[in-house]
This record gives sequence, C-alpha cells and structure tokens, in this order.
Amino acid sequence: MQRRLKIGVLFSRVRVEEKWIFGALERRGIDYDRLDDRAIHFDLNNPAPWQQYDAVLERSMSYNSGLYALRLLNVFGVPTVNTAAVAEVCGDKLMTSAALARDGVPQPHNATAFTPEAALEAIEAFGYPVVLKPVVGSWGRLLAKINDRDAAEAVLEHKSTLGSVQHSVFYIQEYIEKPGRDIRAIVIGDCVLTAMYRKSEHWITNTARGGEGELCPITPEIEELCLRAARSVGGGVLAVDLVEHPEKGLVVNEINHTMEFHTMQPISGIDIAGEIVEYAVSVAREYA
Amino acid sequence: MASVNCPECAAEITLEKGTEVGEIIVCSDCGVDLEVISLEPPTVQLAPREEEDWGE
Repeated sequence: MQRRLKIGVLFSRVRVEEKWIFGALERRGIDYDRLDDRAIHFDLNNPAPWQQYDAVLERSMSYNSGLYALRLLNVFGVPTVNTAAVAEVCGDKLMTSAALARDGVPQPHNATAFTPEAALEAIEAFGYPVVLKPVVGSWGRLLAKINDRDAAEAVLEHKSTLGSVQHSVFYIQEYIEKPGRDIRAIVIGDCVLTAMYRKSEHWITNTARGGEGELCPITPEIEELCLRAARSVGGGVLAVDLVEHPEKGLVVNEINHTMEFHTMQPISGIDIAGEIVEYAVSVAREYA
Repeated sequence: MASVNCPECAAEITLEKGTEVGEIIVCSDCGVDLEVISLEPPTVQLAPREEEDWGE
C-alpha cells in the first residue's frame, strides 16, 4: 500500500494565494503542515523533524528566509518546490540574467558593476535612458529610470550611500519602450499554464504597482520562450515575465519562483493553486 | 461572526467567515494593515512592515 504523503507549506503571511493552496491541499485530503517562517527553527544536528515531509512548498515572502530554509531542507534531503538552486537564480536578477545569457534566451541588454564610477561608465556605454534595479527585490520597488548623466550620478551616489551593501551591486538594464504592457506566464514543470498582459500607463507594469491584468493567448512563441526560460533557471513552479521589445521581439525580463497569482487565477479561470499542489505532490511522490 | 478592535484606532472590525490565522486584513476605519494572530479568541495586531527582501 502506498504510504500517505506529507507536505509542508512554508509561508510568511496567509495571502489569498496561500488560502487557495491550503484549500487545494484540503480538498485533495493531503496531509500537510503550515510552517510559518517567523516561527520555525532548524537544529542542524537534528534534521528528523524536517525529514517527515515528502516535500516542502516554499511560499515565503522574505527571500532570505525562504532561500536559507530551502538550502537547509535540500541539505537534509527534503525535496522542495522550488529547489534552493532555482531560488538562488530566480531571486537574484543578475543571476537570472546570467543563466538566460548562458543559454541564449532572449532578454534585455544587461550589465553590472560594483562601484558608482564603474556603473556610470557602463551606463554611458548603454546610452540613456537606462533602468537601475536592485538585484534582490520585487513588486517593482526601487526601480529607477535614469534619463541623463545628472540623474545617474545622483541615483548611484544615493544607492551606494544609503542602501545596504547589496545596493552596491549595480544592475543596469536597457530601457525598453514597451507597448504599455508586459506579459506574465505561469510555468509549472513542462507546461505553460496561463498568461496575462499586465497593463499600465506607468513604465513599471507590476500589478503590485497598480498594473491591470488581461488574459493573454499563449502563442507557440510565448510557449517556447517560457519553457526555455524555465529550463534555464532549473524549472519548477515559476512566473516568467516577458516584454515586447520593439526591435528584438519577445524577451524574458524576470522569473519569479514564489509568484503571486491573485490576479491571474480569476482572470484565467484556471485553478493555479491546485496545479501547484499537484506539482508538489508529484515531486513528493518522485522522492518518496 | 467574531469581531475585534483595531489596535491603532479602536474601530470594531468583523472577521469574515473563512478568515485564517496569518491573514492580513485592513481596518476599514484607519486603513492600517492588521495580522490575524488568533481566532480563538479573535486577536489582531499591527502587521509587520514590509522588509527589503520581501516579494514574490
């Protein structure tokens, strides 16, 4: 007889996505624990309490907490969705870009530098405008569109003076004149589940910043690009953000490994939470 | 339905059916984010501030 699986769900807050995921687990009669990342602790000499899980689904809002939890769980031999290796790449925009570049996946032109002086030189080589992004961060926070040298000097100085050390990894991206929208696609395993346009008159189109969602048909081009992007970062449960570049066509802008889907699930009519749970169960079964 | 008082403005807030521990609700009077920390008894506290590495 097949042993009953046990799933752990690591989370920071019960957002609507977590409610849907808990509901999907309960509807399937799956034994699971809610693991609040503010309350858990790991005894490195005693992995047994963690090894009771056939898989852990990571939904932390804190990148650091989630990443270190995944690293420890993977060291303990506990399968996770996603893996620590995937979180390392997706949670850091520079590492995502490096993986995509290695695999020849179309993306915006990016560069990086570690001092304001070197960053200014890189920006001048790009030509204005450019976008500066923190390597770790989300929801469109702290993105800066730099229109000229004066702005570049000011922002670089502010970042190096006021920011944490991580803000001194300057991630520079070409500014893309996109058609007032970008595309977010949900990829689970080898399937592009659904996609939506995120529309905004602002150059930052994140729905977290007020962008509106509208269903986007999954063309063969979108499907192929999303699957290539997902494979490039290690695969799993991912949100691939695409931008329509006026010269290059579709390019991959970012990939999220603990995505929100409160806009996508109702728009698409697809039970994304249920699909995530099914994937986590398949991972658990693979290693059980 | 259970109700609680906002720790910021003391307004009475009704917890809707299906509310979960760990969920964030918004005070309809003052707009502050509140985290549900218990259902029995119903208790809320000011939600933690967004950290720099938070996101999706």
